[in-house]
Amino acid sequence: MISVRNLHKSFGDQHVLRGIDVDLKPGKCNLIIGLSGSGKTVMLKSILGLIQPDEGTILYDGRNLRQMEHSDARKVRQEMGMVFQGSALFTSQSIEENVRLPLDFFTSMSAAEKKERVRFCLERVRIENAAHKYPAELSGGMQKRVAIARAIVLNPKYLFCDEPNSGLDPETSLVIDALIQDITHEYGMTTVINTHDMNSVLEIGEHVLLLKGGEKVWEGTNDEILEAENPAVVDYVFRSNLMKRVRTALSGQ
Amino acid sequence: MIYRFFAELGAYWLFLRQVFRRPERFAEYRKAFWRDVDALGVKTLPLVAIISLFMGAVVTIQTALNLDDPLIPRYYIAIAVRESILLEFAPTIVSLILAGIVGSNISGSIGNMRITEQIDALEVMGINPAGFLVLPKIVANVLFSPILLIFSMAGGLVGGYLAGWWLGLLSPGEYLLGLRLEFQPFYIAYSVFKMTVFAFFIASVPSFFGYRVKGGPLEVGHASTQAVIATILAIILFNYILTNLILQ
Repeated sequence: MISVRNLHKSFGDQHVLRGIDVDLKPGKCNLIIGLSGSGKTVMLKSILGLIQPDEGTILYDGRNLRQMEHSDARKVRQEMGMVFQGSALFTSQSIEENVRLPLDFFTSMSAAEKKERVRFCLERVRIENAAHKYPAELSGGMQKRVAIARAIVLNPKYLFCDEPNSGLDPETSLVIDALIQDITHEYGMTTVINTHDMNSVLEIGEHVLLLKGGEKVWEGTNDEILEAENPAVVDYVFRSNLMKRVRTALSGQ
Repeated sequence: MIYRFFAELGAYWLFLRQVFRRPERFAEYRKAFWRDVDALGVKTLPLVAIISLFMGAVVTIQTALNLDDPLIPRYYIAIAVRESILLEFAPTIVSLILAGIVGSNISGSIGNMRITEQIDALEVMGINPAGFLVLPKIVANVLFSPILLIFSMAGGLVGGYLAGWWLGLLSPGEYLLGLRLEFQPFYIAYSVFKMTVFAFFIASVPSFFGYRVKGGPLEVGHASTQAVIATILAIILFNYILTNLILQ
């Protein structure tokens, strides 16, 4: 389980995170939602250790990443997989090389075993035919699939996704959401997704956390979010395009 | 301004400490090293050879114009050309040119990796991005620099030979005599040492600027310009310091 306690982060005089406490549920899709500037990305990057928080602790199954020796922290990192907003694939390497990189660094597998593992991961995200292509030759949706394949290649315990649907059409977004949810359940991973897409919230939000102004204002499930009476939740839900469309459709009936 | 300079120097030092951390897996660093030898060394060889050839020709013409006294033997032209090429032009001028070409390439590519989150991706994987991206570049540049230097020296001396012979400034026999007369092999060692120091800056300074880019493509371009300026200044400063320490 990932536990976040009293997380604070400021940039200059801008207080971005204001004492966030949360336990991210193991084996489930945990969604961090909120409007732009609410602190979602800073929170995700703080959990990942890419940003040093000013105050607070982040525990991975009781282990504090910030207080570890470099070599121990590196071992915990090998339990993490990350899908970046822009996929962050290495443009000078083929898709196969991209997915194989963590295996090259952290396993003693033979070349044949690595090839088989890469093939399995690419097949799992249904992109096995692109192994010898380069990232620039793929569409945004395909790049996201490759990023997922690379993130799961070491069988991580924790999967992090920063805006996985950003820049994708609604249909592809649904496919990516379903893929992330399937993989989460299949491998029993703790998945943390940073998004503002209400479709994703309703489809895969088993544990949803709403941020506003750097504070956690609501926590619940996708079933509970539409019935929540918290004004911040109501405001967020009705600001989303999805609910605007639902409201328009209902008022037209 | 002085405070900022020392702050930057401190940040560069901390960056180098991160670069020289023990590699996670030597085999992967070795692969990156050979890729960088090709990109930063082998691919710059033709350019270095052409630049040096013409540099040698120009130095010969200018020296011949200044040594037109009939009492001065013509082979003195070749001696002056040899000393200029070996001591200064091959290591320093070639390094300054490489600072522009290789430096902007390194800064641009690492800066682009930073803004597209590729560096963050490496860090999340547990790979030391500074080490993996920069250490092979530094080692490749430092180890390949003596080869570039020898190419540059040979190119410059051949350029001088061709210009002297073609323009009738001195005969091939006089040129070859001048090249051999009172030749000091120590000058080659001095130049190799200087070039090695410059090669370290050519790889590490632009990497530093590219690594800490924040923003978008515009900032990457800005960082590349700053990186080239800083590298050139470092080369000029250390050229003076090393010359003073070694040749004085």
